[in-house]
Amino acid sequence: MTLLAVERIKLFSTRSPWWCMVVAVGLTVGFTALMSGFANEQGTVTVGFTQFSYQFGLMVLMVMAVLAVTTEYRFGTIRTTFQTAPNRAAVLTAKALLVAVLAGVVALVAAFLSFGVSDLLATNSDLSLSGADTWRNVAGTGLVAFFAAVLSVAVGILLRQSAAAVTVVLVWPLLVEPLVALIPRIGQDIQAWMPFVAAHQFLFGGQPDSAEAAMMMGMSEVPYGPWAGIAYFGAISVGLFVVALITASRRDA
Amino acid sequence: MIEVEHLTKRYGRTVAVDDLSFSVRPGRVTGFLGPNGAGKSTTMRMILGLDRPTSGAVRIDGKPYRELDRPLTRVGALLDAKWVHPNRSARAHLRWMARTNRLPNRRVDEVLETVGLSGVADRRAGGFSLGMSQRLGIAAALLGDPEILMFDEPVNGLDPEGILWIRQIMQRLASEGRTVLVSSHLLSEMAQTAEELVVIGRGKLIRQCGTAQFVDEASGATIRVRSPQVERLRGALHQQGIEVRDEVVDESPTLVVVGTSSERVGEIAAAQGVVLHELSIQRGSLEQAFLQLTNEAVEYHAHNGATTGNEGTDR
Repeated sequence: MTLLAVERIKLFSTRSPWWCMVVAVGLTVGFTALMSGFANEQGTVTVGFTQFSYQFGLMVLMVMAVLAVTTEYRFGTIRTTFQTAPNRAAVLTAKALLVAVLAGVVALVAAFLSFGVSDLLATNSDLSLSGADTWRNVAGTGLVAFFAAVLSVAVGILLRQSAAAVTVVLVWPLLVEPLVALIPRIGQDIQAWMPFVAAHQFLFGGQPDSAEAAMMMGMSEVPYGPWAGIAYFGAISVGLFVVALITASRRDA
Repeated sequence: MIEVEHLTKRYGRTVAVDDLSFSVRPGRVTGFLGPNGAGKSTTMRMILGLDRPTSGAVRIDGKPYRELDRPLTRVGALLDAKWVHPNRSARAHLRWMARTNRLPNRRVDEVLETVGLSGVADRRAGGFSLGMSQRLGIAAALLGDPEILMFDEPVNGLDPEGILWIRQIMQRLASEGRTVLVSSHLLSEMAQTAEELVVIGRGKLIRQCGTAQFVDEASGATIRVRSPQVERLRGALHQQGIEVRDEVVDESPTLVVVGTSSERVGEIAAAQGVVLHELSIQRGSLEQAFLQLTNEAVEYHAHNGATTGNEGTDR
């Protein structure tokens, strides 16, 4: 608990996390509003449709998570951190946990605001949060953001440089995963097992408009269900984080 | 009490710290002296458990640093004053450190007061001058009221006022019975603050001794004696409690006598009927002698132990 409180002081005593959170919510909700506003003129807006923009916020939250650790390396405060608390695994776990919970909460806020804004704008559609699928679709973004943040902190610990780590967490989901499908014959099968594709499957899988969502992401059908998707995504992010902890504990600070 | 035992750190093929052993005792300022690149900072990082030694160990009051509970209450350190987030205020920086070791926020205000930063505590640390950063670093070191304090080159780049302030605070800390280890590459600086010296060069220990003694030796208060009857003279000097070192100069065995006058050595030699071929006072500037020691002593030491008396290859 002490370490969590310490990480809270560290995170909120600089300005960039505040900006990241505001931008994450603003981008997601703003883009959803635009989409719903125009879609309303053409037809119906579904619950899944209100969440398509979650990636905007997610990317910003991942950058925030990366910076939470790389700035410590950048300014040398990681040494002060390890000096005050020599148990590196404990410190870094507290940091990841705090950032992940925060990312999850911000993503939830963005998700429900997106839903609310769409409900207001899409006057032709009857949006309601009924059934497990729609709840998973909206509230699930919190869980996805949680694990994405853990993953980002892990990348930050491993690479230690802001530019490199931010590049990785942006290029991977936005370019590598969509483009992998272009490899002839095996591309689509590989893509189905990419972590962010699995996260996407968790949010949109098993819904009437899931095929549409998949098309937007430029991705193929996946051979597993939504909950298997989040379990897979979570396992990858926690796995990479454990590798990062072992690395950080062994190397020189 | 800091005990460093056979500490070695290798980066690839470079050896930064080479089988280094020394101990730092409480109640005095111990200077950690060596030229730039001698391995001082690396050693200090290993003492704090930041860098992992290739071999060897460091014990703080009998325990490795990583096993200390609430380490700030045991060891305070200032290794680099720039290890602060530039957009965080001085107070916030100290607050998170204090919180890690469950220290009350009251301590933050106290140490800010001690180092005279109370007035600027809420300004971002990135805007601090070097002197202010250094004060903030010292505040951080004092936070847990630790028994052991370490400072890496604390006076580097400071103005005379800042240097004086640092000297005073270190001496005060030692007089309170604490263990203080201060590194520097300047012997003249150490001569003013440290009572005891740990001198290293190229990662190896050159000498651990009192500062006065080291300065005497280094500044030329040594007497070189050459004699065909070296053994008898050495015995006689030893009996008088005079410290003697062996050296080889121009292929002839030589004694280097420390802490006495040439008159005294001459009288002792006469009383014993020892023939002297040379009796001379060695002088040189402090820094020159220090440079010579740190650059050459590694070589010199290696040869001295093994081959005194039967070698004449170098020097």
